[in-house]
Order: sequence, then C-alpha cells, then structure tokens
Amino acid sequence: MVIHGYRIPMMASLILWAILWEIVGQLEVTILLPPLSRVAVRIVEIVPTPTFLSALWITGYAFVVGNLIAILVGVPLGILMGRSVIADRIFLPWVNLFLSAPLTALVPVIMVLFGLGQTTIILTVVLFAIWIIVLDSRAGVRAISPSLVEMAMSFGASRWQAFSHIYVWAALPEILAGVRLGLIRAVKGVIIGQLLVSIVGFGALFKLYGSRFLMEHFWAALLVLFAFAFVLAEALAWLERRVDYYAASRA
Amino acid sequence: MVERPSHLSAEPAGGLRLSRFSSFGTFGTRAALIDRPTHPVAAFFNHPLTLRILSALVLFLAWEWAGRLPISPAFPTFGETMVGLWSMIADFSLIRAFGITLQPLAIGLVISTLIGVAIGVAMGLNDKAEWLASPIFIIAQAAPLAALIPLIVFAYGIGLTAKTLVVCIMAMPVIVLNSFAAVRHTPLSLVEMGRSFLASRRQVILRIILPAASPVIFAGLRLGCAAGFIGAILAELLITPTGIGDLITYHRSIAEYPKMYAAILSIIVFSVLFIEVIERVEVTVFRPEKRARR
Amino acid sequence: MTSRPNAALAAAPRAHAEPVVEVRGVSKTYPGDVWALDNISVDFPRGQLTSLLGPSGCGKTTLLKIIAGLLPATSGDVLVNGRPVSGPGPERAFVFQDFALMPWATVMRNVAFGLELRGVASAERERVARHYIDQVGLGGFEEKYPHELSGGMRQRVGLARALSVKADVLLMDEPFSAVDEQTRRKFQEDLLLLIGREKKTFIFVTHSIEEAVYVSDRIVLLSPRPGRISQVIEPDISREGDPDAIRRHPVYLDTVDAIWRGLKQYLD
Repeated sequence: MVIHGYRIPMMASLILWAILWEIVGQLEVTILLPPLSRVAVRIVEIVPTPTFLSALWITGYAFVVGNLIAILVGVPLGILMGRSVIADRIFLPWVNLFLSAPLTALVPVIMVLFGLGQTTIILTVVLFAIWIIVLDSRAGVRAISPSLVEMAMSFGASRWQAFSHIYVWAALPEILAGVRLGLIRAVKGVIIGQLLVSIVGFGALFKLYGSRFLMEHFWAALLVLFAFAFVLAEALAWLERRVDYYAASRA
Repeated sequence: MVERPSHLSAEPAGGLRLSRFSSFGTFGTRAALIDRPTHPVAAFFNHPLTLRILSALVLFLAWEWAGRLPISPAFPTFGETMVGLWSMIADFSLIRAFGITLQPLAIGLVISTLIGVAIGVAMGLNDKAEWLASPIFIIAQAAPLAALIPLIVFAYGIGLTAKTLVVCIMAMPVIVLNSFAAVRHTPLSLVEMGRSFLASRRQVILRIILPAASPVIFAGLRLGCAAGFIGAILAELLITPTGIGDLITYHRSIAEYPKMYAAILSIIVFSVLFIEVIERVEVTVFRPEKRARR
Repeated sequence: MTSRPNAALAAAPRAHAEPVVEVRGVSKTYPGDVWALDNISVDFPRGQLTSLLGPSGCGKTTLLKIIAGLLPATSGDVLVNGRPVSGPGPERAFVFQDFALMPWATVMRNVAFGLELRGVASAERERVARHYIDQVGLGGFEEKYPHELSGGMRQRVGLARALSVKADVLLMDEPFSAVDEQTRRKFQEDLLLLIGREKKTFIFVTHSIEEAVYVSDRIVLLSPRPGRISQVIEPDISREGDPDAIRRHPVYLDTVDAIWRGLKQYLD
C-alpha cells in the first residue's frame, strides 16, 4: 500500500490490529479478550515452563514423525502415479476424494483402532498431509517437459542418471509446493488430533486453560501456536522461492 | 484448423497450482492422445465412471476381507457396515442426524460465502482493503483455527450459534484468499480491452473481472466447503454431540462399530457429493465453456 | 517510381487528407525511470494505414496505447479529430496482440461486447456482430468458444469486435504476431481487402519490415531507448491487382532493403 508516495509494508497492518486488540482488551469489552500486553507477558511467563515445553515437544514430535511418513510415502506414490497410467487410474480418484473429504470424521475411527495416544495423532497428521503431497508430486513429474526427456536420451543418459540429474530437479518446485501445503495441513491435523484426543500436547493445554477460564494463558498458548504455524509456512515459501527461480522457464 | 484441446485430467482441488499436464511420450501416454477409433469394450472400461465404480468395488472387497482378519474387534467388515447403515436409514436416525448437523453447516457456509467473497473481491480491487485484511487472513490460513473452538464455546455456549461460528471461521480464510487471488490475477489485457471499449469501472468489475475470477473463486468455495464440513463435525465431536457427531460418539460408546463407521461413511460421502454439486453449479451458471471442455 | 524517405520528423503528407490523429510532443517515462518515448510528434492521415515500425524497446506499443487512451502520456498531447483526448473514446477501437477474448463467452458475445457495453439493444447487437463475423470469414462459428478456435480465428474475432463499434480509427497492436507464417501472410492479404472496403484509418504496430511495407501507405520508423522518430517513409506501391505481385514489386523490395539497413544498427 502506498500513502503519499511512501510504501507501507503489508505486515504493518498487523500493528494496527494489535493496537485495536489492546484497546478492546483494556476497555474490558469481553472476558474473552484480555489486553494484548497482558497476553504478551503471559507468553514470556509460560513458554519456559515444563508444562508448555512438554506440550511443545509432544506436538512437535507427532508433527515431525507424521510429516516424514507423509513425505516418504506420498512423494514416491505421487511419482509413481505421474509415470504410470495404471497406477494413476487406480489411485487418482481416491486421492482427489480424500483431498476434499472431511478427514476429521476419520479421526474417531483412528482413535478406536489405535487408542488415545501419540500413534493416533501421528496418523492424523499423515492423513491430513499426504494427499496434497501425492497430488503435487504427481503434477511435478507430469510437468517435466518432454524436451528434457528427449534431451537426456539423446545425450545417452542412463535411466538413473536421467532421474537424479534432471527429473528430480525438474519436478522439485511442484514437490516442494506439495510438501509446503502438506506441512500447513499437518499443523491443522496435529491440533485437531490433539483436540479430539485431548489428553496430550496442546489439546490438553487448551482444555486445562479453558476449564479454568485462564483466558490470558489460553491466548498466550494460541498465539505461540499461530506464530509457529505462520513462521513455518513462510520459511517453506522462502525455500520454495529459492528453488522456483527456474520453475517458470522449465518448459 | 482447430487446436487439439489440452488433455486436462483432474486438477488438484487443493492449492492454487493448476499445472498443465503435458504429454509424456517416452512413458507411453502419448498413444492415449492420438485419436484412434476405440473398440466399444475398451471404451467402456476406459470411461471414468466405470473406473470409479470398479475401484470402489475393489476397495469394498478389500475392506470386507480386511474386516474378517483378526486385527481388532473395532474393525467391522464392509458388509456389516452396510447393514448398520441401512438400519440407520430405516429408522430415520440418519436423516434426523443429518438434519441437525446440516443446520450450522448450511448457515455457516452461506454466511462465509457471502462475506468471504465480498471481502476477498474488495481486497482484490482496493489496495487499502488488501493492506488491512491480508495479513489477518494469511495467518488464519496457515494457523490451526480448530484451536479456537474451545474459546468459541466459552463465548457462545454449546448451541447453534457456536457451531455456526466454528463453520465460519474454518471456511472463511480460504474463501477470502482465493477470491482475492482470483481478482488480482485477472488477465491485464482483458481489463484493458474493457477500458478500450469504454466500459465503466462497474462494467469492468461485473462483466470482466468477476467472470474471469469465478473459477478460482469457486475452487475457494469448494475448499471452504470442505473446511466447513470439518468445522461442523469437529463442533459436534468437541462441543456437544448432536446430529452425526452424536451418532458417531454414541455408537462408539456402546461399541456398535458398524453403525459408527456407517455414520462416518455417510458424512464423507455427503460432503463429496455436495462439493461435486458446487462444481456443477459453477459450470452450468458461470462458465458454460467448461462444459464444452469436459 | 521511387520511394522518398523523408528525413524530416513531422509529417508533411503529400496530397493527403487532413490528419485524424495528431500526436504532439508526446513523451512517456515509466516508473523506475524507464524512458520509453521522447518528444514524438507525428500525424496520421485520414483513411490511410500508417505503420509504427521498429525493433523491440522502441516504444511503438506504448505510443499506440497512448493514442488509444489506455496509457497516459507523461507530457504532450494527442488530438483526435482536432480535439485533445486523455482516455479511450468511441472513435478509436483497439485490436490486441494476445486477442483479449473473454474465454467464458461465445464468439457472438465477444464480437458484440463493445456494443453491449454501450447499451445497444440485443437484437441490434446481434445483427451488427453477425455482419462483421461474416466479413472476417467466421460465419458459422458464432456459438463457438475461444478455446475451440485456432489462433488465427481468435484474432479475427478480435478484429470483428473492433469493427463492430464502427470507430473511425482502428489501432492494431502487432495483430498477426501470434499466428504462424502462412496464416500471417493470408491475414496481410485480407487486411488489404478490408482496408479497401471499410474506408477507416488504421494505425498498425509491427516489428516485421515486410509486413509494414506490404500493407502500409505510410511507415513511421522508431528508434529504441528512448523511442524517437527516425524516419517517415511512404512506399509508392500500387495495391491494385494480384496481392502476391506486391511482394515482387521493385519498390517493395528496395524499401524493405533500405529499412533493414537502417534498423540493423539497433540490434543487440
């Protein structure tokens, strides 16, 4: 946005919203919204506590493991679907289905089958993240220009050489995009999983603060979580941009 | 001389990437693009609907077989699930449950669509609106908004209002951001064309920008719908079990797993069909040329 | 019969109609200090086809869009029919390089779009649009969508749309650059026929020397960075008779050669 010729960065409007929050909080309009300053104090207070750190650890663990599984299973599956018409025909309708289906409805099933612990949450993360990873990996493989393929063959590259030197890089922007979107979905997945299971991690924390109406603590934990999710999304977008410099000219 | 239409198979509904799928000759798919008269039986087997039905059949058979394995008592076979489903339809409990679940869902989605598209389009057309609103929605899209559900319960109790609000906060960010991106990515030459033929700003918005933006807006609506469904179910599982959530929790608590699975299956199928309907509406009302492309 | 390249800047048209478009001292600088045009003054005589020709970066499309009113000039004036203009107007119609067709509308609706924006009644719109659709050779394709048409056909839709609003001046921005060579040649011949029929003024941007000499009554040569008028040429070629014969006409060949030698120096 430009005012009187001065560029104002996008994030500056957050400052405006923060000020608004502070005012609303100070005016005590609702018990739900304590002033931002007090929430900020609470953030500093609770982050080093063992309760919070263990919640963070549990959440982080499930998140990382779940995503690794989603990537290790999803990327090869997507590549397979991109290269084999048969695999594509078998799996594509299901991948598309699960991409937009309310996966939350499946969490009770997972809970029933795998109990109320980390396994369920890890599986929830996988469930949320994997479909977009598969789909974008497939898209990456299919976007490899036939000219690149022909070029590789005309210079006598073996299949492995062609794969590692050319195809991986050619498909990488889409694969990274899929991983990024998968990671964002995974954040939602880990939280939803924990909310439904509710005895571990942030789910338990929110339940604790909520039941005791500790609004400031609640918002503090929430803001840390949101900040983490946002920073993750931006870091991945940055990584993707570094790779993307050649994405547009691949054709 | 007409160019051969590009072979667009299913576009990913998630994310805004719409890659063009080019032919991949060395892997054997080029043959599929050459027009050859196909044998009727082959045509039947290649028809997308046949394939879907076939792969669904395969899945159901696999489910049936897996259910008979002694993995867990909580894993019914496909057959048992179908029986449970039928009995819930027959005693109307399923219909009633849908009726209750769909209320916050429908209201929430309508509100999210109207307000969300309006905000997104406004952001696309106006720099100040964009500056003000976009950081909020960008954070909202990356953030696990489900964490706000306990908060909403404190504020609004456990009734229809709370559940509608949950649907709204889940659905709106993606609708807003898609509408915003759609408006921003209107091809510049189309807008210039409108101006060159003396279109007023209003005419440019209504006759060029909005129709050009409608595919991505509708993609956003489909995503918003999916998120809204998640919100509705979460609301029922977390706040107070009513409707489908109640069916799920109740049958789980009495270990009636076939009916629990049947309820879950029904809501998933319903949401998929609902999203499909949205796509049909888009094609019929707004972008008839897509029908020709199918 | 020889062509007389004019060293003078401003148009001193020989035996010409009065100018319909006059450009007076137009300069254009883009934000970021990109100096696109430097003090351009040129006239476009009524009823003739004038080309703007030059290598990339010489500002010919910028000048065309300023004349069309789609871009504001940093300084200077554009007068159309004697009156200064600062925006688009009903007396000027634009044909876009990338066709600018609405993909969600049929050929009929695209062609009638200019009239639709003016509030012309639908029966009348259709009548006019149908006439020009036939004129450009797309009769029978009224209900097709742009994605069902080839590049050449899409450009004809753009042309029909510009003709339908019955403007005095037709501004064409490299209209044939997005089609293949054979179609392009055909278009050039069709354009000559069209000029003969329609009696409008055409301002035509191209980077192809052959094309400019083939279709133009007048060629304005621009030099790049910043754009300035380097020459105004009026090839004296008779356009009656066989369209293919023009390409072998000695004046045609000499003019193409002279322009090429002049422009070569601007290539990177």
